[in-house]
Amino acid sequence: MGGSPPTPVGKVAIVNRLGDLERAIMDVLWGTPQSLTVREVSAQLTERDLAHTTVMTVLDRLAKKGFARRERDGRAWRYRPAATREAYVTELMLTALDQTGDRSAALARFAKLVSGAEASALRGALDEIEGGGGG
Amino acid sequence: MTGPADAALLAVVAIGCVRGSAALGAARWPRRSPGAAILLWQALGLGGGLAAVGALIEVGLPAGSSSVANGVLRVAHMSASGDLFPASQPILPALLRLASLVLGLALLAQLCWVLPASAITAVRARRRQRELLVLLGRGDPKVPGALVVDHPAAAAYCLPGLRSKIVVSVGALDLLLPAELAAVLAHERAHLRERHDLVVLPFTALRRAFGWSQICADAHQSVALLIEMLADDRALRARPARALAGALARFGTAGCGGADSAPDGALAVSGAAHEGEMTARVTRIMTPIPPPPAAVRFGICCAATLIVVVPVALLVLPN
Repeated sequence: MGGSPPTPVGKVAIVNRLGDLERAIMDVLWGTPQSLTVREVSAQLTERDLAHTTVMTVLDRLAKKGFARRERDGRAWRYRPAATREAYVTELMLTALDQTGDRSAALARFAKLVSGAEASALRGALDEIEGGGGG
Repeated sequence: MTGPADAALLAVVAIGCVRGSAALGAARWPRRSPGAAILLWQALGLGGGLAAVGALIEVGLPAGSSSVANGVLRVAHMSASGDLFPASQPILPALLRLASLVLGLALLAQLCWVLPASAITAVRARRRQRELLVLLGRGDPKVPGALVVDHPAAAAYCLPGLRSKIVVSVGALDLLLPAELAAVLAHERAHLRERHDLVVLPFTALRRAFGWSQICADAHQSVALLIEMLADDRALRARPARALAGALARFGTAGCGGADSAPDGALAVSGAAHEGEMTARVTRIMTPIPPPPAAVRFGICCAATLIVVVPVALLVLPN
């Protein structure tokens, strides 16, 4: 109350910080074979000096987004990743490289994959480009 | 203005747009002047759509309607009061007129619907990409301002939008020389700065609506390629031609090439580029042909304007 409203710069900083936390916490989950409680996750993020509730909030966000799964263990929740890091990288790259379908219209790629015949034509072009600069 | 003469004129415009699209798709000059060609594609799409919808609706309106809106309202009144098929008139012509009107309105509804539908699909896919990139992307001094993803396959792309991002895979970092990486970034920044995604969106929507139509597929593919050429031209303002062409050639040959490039993380990807697209881009970068003279480009702009104005005038102007 009474404080100045957050500036856009401040907001961006908060968003970045939240993203950093999500990534750090997912890295902890990916790095551990068994599921972890909030306290156990906090314990692995010692250099960040985070409040217990902050870690809990971020884990909750990750669960809502579907990146983490949680299950009851007595009075605490235990969290584990919904999929491996490699699975998410593959999903990202499939969308990036897929050249058909609606989903692929969402982004613009620099280059497309080519057929064997065109690849050899391009290899010839590349030799010419490199030859022209190499002399 | 309504009547058989207008309907015939609109039908002529619609058929002309279809023929024009086929000719433009086959023409060689667009790669010399991608901006003007994109403008013409947009005009053909908009003008052709309006003319087709207009012709179908005009045929279906009752005689003596003072405007399209007035005619549609009269048909609505007639159907409400039950005298859509008066006993004094033969039923078949009336039925055919009604079918044409319904078809025209349905086409209009579909054209109006696919654009937001395609936009929503794209926005959702981008949101998912951004969520994943928060967890998986990292900065790298080799590509300032871009996010790097740990994957051995070569990829570089941009996510357009208000919170736009450029993404480069580790495979691409390994593949390209520093100057080539800088050219790729310049190309992607041009896409983002000029919102090329919004140019392609209506053509994506058309293709989605009329998946069976070869013309819509060709139009989409042509515009998508012209957008790449436009971004290539922008990148060439700040970067050497050899760097940009080199990056393209390396990307093109990386997937199916030498022993060192066999990717561990090879992905099953559908649909290779249409034959010759990448080569065409490399060729026009390395041996540029000057754009057509200003008078020709002015003529193209006039033609584009006419293609849209004529059907609008036919539909809107009173008798």
